[in-house]
Amino acid sequence: MGAILSLCAVAALALIAFIGVSAGHLQYLFGVIIPYAALLIFITGFMYRVLKWGSSPVPFCIPTTCGQEKSLPWIKQNKIDNPSTTFGVVVRMALEVLLFRSLFRNLKTQMSEGAKLVYGEAKWLWLAGLAFHWSFLIILVRHLRFFIQQVPLPVRMIEGLDSFMQIGAPLFYMSDAVILLAVTYLFLRRVFIPQVRYISLPADYFPLFLILGIAGTGVLMRYVFKVNVVGVKEVAMGVVSLNPDPKLLEGIGVIFYIHLFLICCLFAYFPLSKLMHMGGVFLSPTRNMVNNSRMKRRVNPWNYPVHIHTYEEYENDFREKMKTAGIPVEKE
Amino acid sequence: MKLYDGGKIIAGLIIFFFLVTFPFFLNIGKVNAKPEPKIDTPEIQKLAEKKCIESKAFMRAEHMKLLNDWRDSAVRNGERTYVNSKGKEFTISLQNTCMHCHSNKKKFCDECHTYMAVNPYCWNCHIAPKEKES
Repeated sequence: MGAILSLCAVAALALIAFIGVSAGHLQYLFGVIIPYAALLIFITGFMYRVLKWGSSPVPFCIPTTCGQEKSLPWIKQNKIDNPSTTFGVVVRMALEVLLFRSLFRNLKTQMSEGAKLVYGEAKWLWLAGLAFHWSFLIILVRHLRFFIQQVPLPVRMIEGLDSFMQIGAPLFYMSDAVILLAVTYLFLRRVFIPQVRYISLPADYFPLFLILGIAGTGVLMRYVFKVNVVGVKEVAMGVVSLNPDPKLLEGIGVIFYIHLFLICCLFAYFPLSKLMHMGGVFLSPTRNMVNNSRMKRRVNPWNYPVHIHTYEEYENDFREKMKTAGIPVEKE
Repeated sequence: MKLYDGGKIIAGLIIFFFLVTFPFFLNIGKVNAKPEPKIDTPEIQKLAEKKCIESKAFMRAEHMKLLNDWRDSAVRNGERTYVNSKGKEFTISLQNTCMHCHSNKKKFCDECHTYMAVNPYCWNCHIAPKEKES
């Protein structure tokens, strides 16, 4: 149900751009105004979410640890999985962000032979997730050629490596195939694994379809329905120099506007959604904290002075009554 | 609003802001040159009918695919005749057909390719036409 709803939403967005440009001739709206608005929402929304997280106190030492804590000198510490220094945290975080290390540990739990609980490896999610994120990053970096006049060497090198196979012309990009396959896997996984389908919401399907739509229109634009790509760069350069030229917007195929509008939707949707894990991963207390709970005292910031009624005071209050009842007292 | 670890968070947000907006900082206020491919070579001036082998729109969008197909048919299949959409025949040859007219590689091919950071591998095998440095 959530999947169908999300698919309809993405199809409707594509249709809005298609009708808006082909029938309404709203090139300026879809090519200039909406991209600026989407970028503004993305930046301010992203910062708002991060600052809001940053204003939440983290009073307790709660890193999730997967190794031996630093303790006695003759017990070997696992310096990355149970970091006691900032350097350890940086290494751990880098491995998490770049290689999804904790997802690599993902396990499959099954009942086998009646009541026997068995744990098995489950690496497909990790593999597809990693393939998806890295190909998305490569595609994003490749697109910088539209926004920089003299395309810098690193961008050209990444483009060269991505088209290394030299298949067809325009050269086939490996990341195009990888992202489509990976996102398709991430979607099918939600459909075919019953437990995952049960917990999947429209908010899970929508970004998948949106990204599938973006990658799909991009692939179609590059290999099938060619657009005036030089014109696209001229428009993009106009936009990033804050001097967009409405005349350039004519004569670019409508599929470009569909692609762009879906991207704008993704950017605007980003701060409102689970996609914020891009910023959130850096603010996860379970990942970014040093496990120094035995070295550093943490005081609860919500603590307020509490009047403690000691036994001594209690006895002072009731001494005579206690004596009468025959209860022993400490002070006569 | 009190920020916890505010220094780190602000530093991270500044990096984020820069990463997202640096194309703007590179380009604001600049008037960037646009590519203007030239087709004013002597051979083209001599032509009675100044037309490429296919329509301008087709060539603009599909020239890379056409050249790729030409490479396959000439080098792999030994087929050296191309029949265009109007039934006219052309010899399949980059150097003798394409570059015969478009002898200005720098102002014709490279103009857009450099702008778009496209690096076709035509000239790994073919010899680029000699041009006067302008």
